[in-house]
Formats: sequence, C-alpha cells, structure tokens
Amino acid sequence: MMSFLSSWSIQPVTLGRVLKICLLLFLLSFTVFLVSLFAGAADIKLFSVISDFLPLGADGHKALTTAEKSILFSIRLPRVILAGLVGAALSMSGVVFQALLRNPLADPYILGISAGSAMGAVTGILLGAEIIILGIPGMAFLGAILAVLVVFGIAGTGRRLETNTLLLTGVMVNAFFSAMILFIFSISDHLQLQRAIYWTMGDLSLADDQAIIYTGAFLFIGMAFIYRYARALNILATGEETALQLGISVGKTKIILLTAASLVTAAAVAASGTIGFVGLIIPHIMRLIVGPDHRVLLPAAFLFGGTFLVFADTMARCLVSPAELPVGVITALCGAPYFLALLRRRLSS
Amino acid sequence: MTLLQSDNVSFRYHGPWVLRHVSFSVEKGSFVGILGPNGSGKSTLLKVMDGILTPQEGMAAMDGRSILTMSRRDIARRVAVVPQDYGGIFAFTAREIVLMGRSPHLEPWSFEGKRDYETVHRVMAQTDTMSFADRSLEHLSGGERQRVLIARALAQEPRIMLLDEPTAFLDIRHQVEIMNLLKLLNKKDGLTVLAVTHDINLASLYCDRIILLDGGTIHAEGPPAEVMTADNIEAVYGLPVVSGKHELTGRPVIMPRMEQDLHKHGGNVVSRRDLK
Repeated sequence: MMSFLSSWSIQPVTLGRVLKICLLLFLLSFTVFLVSLFAGAADIKLFSVISDFLPLGADGHKALTTAEKSILFSIRLPRVILAGLVGAALSMSGVVFQALLRNPLADPYILGISAGSAMGAVTGILLGAEIIILGIPGMAFLGAILAVLVVFGIAGTGRRLETNTLLLTGVMVNAFFSAMILFIFSISDHLQLQRAIYWTMGDLSLADDQAIIYTGAFLFIGMAFIYRYARALNILATGEETALQLGISVGKTKIILLTAASLVTAAAVAASGTIGFVGLIIPHIMRLIVGPDHRVLLPAAFLFGGTFLVFADTMARCLVSPAELPVGVITALCGAPYFLALLRRRLSS
Repeated sequence: MTLLQSDNVSFRYHGPWVLRHVSFSVEKGSFVGILGPNGSGKSTLLKVMDGILTPQEGMAAMDGRSILTMSRRDIARRVAVVPQDYGGIFAFTAREIVLMGRSPHLEPWSFEGKRDYETVHRVMAQTDTMSFADRSLEHLSGGERQRVLIARALAQEPRIMLLDEPTAFLDIRHQVEIMNLLKLLNKKDGLTVLAVTHDINLASLYCDRIILLDGGTIHAEGPPAEVMTADNIEAVYGLPVVSGKHELTGRPVIMPRMEQDLHKHGGNVVSRRDLK
C-alpha cells in the first residue's frame, strides 16, 4: 500500500490526478458526514429520515418525531457542516503558512495567528460589532492580519523561519493574545468567563446558519485566491530568491497569499474559536499521501481537513455523552503528540 | 552581438558602495567568468544583472533594453540562475524541480502540457539526471543536485545562464563534471554562460573571458591569458602567487607561493602588498 502511494505521489501532477484524488476524498468525507449526522446522544436512524422524505408506504419504519427533526436539522446538520468548513479552512491556511515560512511545523494555531484572530473577534463582541454584517468575522480578520504582520515581521523577507524561532515566536504571540482575550472577557459585563475558555480551546457547539454562511463565504473566496497561486507556492517553498528567478512577483504574491490565509483563518476562528493542530497534522499527512505539489495538496488538505474535523467533533459529542467536549480538546489530544514526534524527528536529523 | 550588458553600474545596500562604475558586456555564445575575493561584489553583480537588485546608478540591459523595465516573468524567460545549492523544503522530486523551470512559460491555473514535458525530458537527458528523476532532492548527492538545478535553469529555455558559484560545495571531480557540462552546453547549444566562481584555475581553463573584480570595481577584463597573470591575482587577492601554464591547453595556472613565504616570515603567510 505504501509503495503504491509513494510511486503514485512522485509522478508530476496532472489535472486528471487532482480530480481523481478529490473524488476519492470527497466520497470519504461524504461517508464521514453521514455517519456523524446519525451519531450522538439521540438515537436517530437513517431509515427514518429516508422514509420521512419518501413515503414508501407501510415499510415498518416510523417517521421522524418533531424533536428528532429538530435535533437533526437544527443542531447536528449545521454543526457538521460548520465542522467541515472550519477543518478545511484551518488545513488550507496551514498549507500556505508552511510554504511561505518554509517550515512544515508552521500552523495558524502554533504561530498565534488563530489567537490573534480570536482576540479580534472578542474585541468585536466587546465593541458590539455583531450589529454590523460580518462585524465579528471582519474583526477576526483584522486580528489575524495583525498576528501575521508580527510573525512575518520576525521571519523577515527571503529567509526561512527556523524551527526554534518559529516556536518561540508562536509561544509569545499566543501568550500576548490569550492574555488580551482574558482581559477583554474580564472587563466585559455581557461576556461570561466560561465562554472564554471555550474560545481559547475551540468549540463548534454554537453552529448556526449565519456562522455557516460567513465561514463558507470567507473560505471559498480565500481558497480561490490561494489556488490561483498554487504553482507559485511550490516555487516559493524552494526559496524566495529562486521564486524571483523563476518569474514569480514574490512581494505581490506573498501579500495576496497572506491576506487570503488570514481571511481563511478568520473564517474558522470567528465561528469556532482557536481549534489547534488541524493545520499541522492534515497538511503533513496529505503531503505523505499525495506529494508536496500544492495544486493537489491544497484541495486534498481542504477535503481531508474538513473530514477530520467532522470526525473529531463527532468524538467530542459522543465520547462523554450526553455531556460534550470542546472539539479543540480532541484535536489537541491527537495533535500535540503528533507535533512532538515531528519536532523530535526534525531536531534529530 | 552583445546579449547582456552592465552599463556603469553602481550599487550599495545601506553602507558603502558594493559595486562602483561597473561596465562590461557579455557576447552571445560566450562563456564568461567573474572572479574576485570575498566581498568584491561578485554575487551582488549577478543579482543586478538578473534585475533582483536595482542599482542606484547605471543599469543592467538585455539587448539594449533595461532589465528593470521587464516583468519578473519576462526576465525569467530570458535569464536563468543556478544557485550554490538547493535550499527548499518538502520532498519535491528532481523531475518536479525541473518542471518548475517551465513556470515562466505557463499561465496561472494551468498544468504543464506536452511541450513542457518534452522540454523537461530533453534537458534532463542533457544533464544526465534522468536516472534519479523520481528521487527527492534531499536524497541526492551535491553533484547530482547541482545538475538538477542546471536542468531547471535549462528548462526555462533561457538566452543566458547566470551561475553563482555552482561548484562551491563540490569535490574536484564533481566540479569538473559541472564545468564540462556547462562547456558542452555552451559549445554545442550555443548557451551563453556568466558564472561567478572562486576557483581561479577552473575559470582560467573553461572561460573565454574573465572579469576580475576587486572592491566593487573591475580590476581587469579579457581572455584568461591576459587577465590571469601573477601580478593581477596578487594585486586583487593580496596573496603572492606563481603562474604557470596548463600542459594541454596552454591556459594560465595560478598557485600560491607558500614555501618561500613560510621561510621568510616564520610561518605567517604575509602578502607582498602588506610588506610594502
């Protein structure tokens, strides 16, 4: 299996292969999506839904009760869709930050860009920005941009961000923005401190139609810009000076990619807080399977990242049922050991 | 016919001038070497010629047109650069790296077409890199990696190739292999080569013309027989040398004077210039 995968991933990328991989991953994500929809504290059967939609006569399955309908369509469905969007968003921004910083350990959460985005969103709540359309995600976007300016200011132009610098920068940026978040929560009357914990851990329980719409919109706009520069990302990953020599307008390309990645990160964070490690694990796994070419890596990470977070959120709902965990607990429990294993391997080589 | 020209170029980063009034031209089909001690401005000059750095005075021009009026993409279709080593991350294969050389000829949103694959196949055959086309660059030896980078530069189908110490990290056999490959491309395919190098003897052996830089200005320029004299090398590097002739080609060979200095100065190699 692995030799089949590796011989597959070393051949140059063609449109046909991109589509084939996307189709496979889409089928996987659709399966997980369905399983997730019918997993949970309330036992709802797929057959009941089908017979509810298609009255096939007396086949023995009773139709859905009103309560079941409400759980399925008003609670689980939005949550599963949002989980998919957020997972896709975090994985895509992870891919972009890794290529631009030329370090595979980069991730919006570790770099503190998620925290900056959360700080923006929380500031927005404090200032009452939710009365403006896109007020909260807009503020999250500004927060993400602020954090990106700090991180890329330290990385400088032209150089790659060494692992030690990356980690230290991330720790400090995170410390600062987390402190800001707690500060804002403590001076605000209408924000409860318990929500702050959910914000900093990452949680999908507040999924609603509005969150789905703005997350989806930010994500697909960002994705279009990012995919436009997929080939440029390949070349940027081999060095900025090389990229100039190969005809890439590096300055312009970086600004567009960083803005798009900030937008995508903000889309995820405004809806769900700072869910960690998805942007690290997913790109890494996908690179092993489909290879490093961003023309296939970006859509693969998008689909598999969405699938992964739907799965993780299902775990969060079911593990301690009928109580619930924030999904960030699950991703951190998987992601932190994964990160440490990667770090150990990098430092020893 | 002049292909690439440096017209009275002066450049500095923030401090003192790194290049001062540098003028030279590279003829089509020639093999030109840039020599000079550390800090003499060799690599900076190469970046000015590729339009990556903007000189404060003068200009770099291709076919009489200033490089700075061209887009990065236009430049990359004409000028290819081979760096000292590959500094990228992720396990791109040799073939994928060479395919990146097609980038300046591709539109956004597009995939490489038949012609791109044919070009890549041809340049990989020329550089003898086919046997490890599917291997990741980090698993190749320094010499193999350098050949892949030359193949990537060739895939750009450039009119001129700039090389920044392409053999800096290689042993003598691999250095010679790379220089032979460049000479072959130069002779057979008419590729114009402008190479910065530290190895004065290899430069003497392979180049048609040599530009000797010293402190950001051109100390001497011309065919190796004229430029590679003991006097020139001593003046520029501040090192006493002896010169001889390569047995087969008659090209100048430069060697340090070592022994004499050891006797004279009790183990400290001091240049003649310093003693004056």
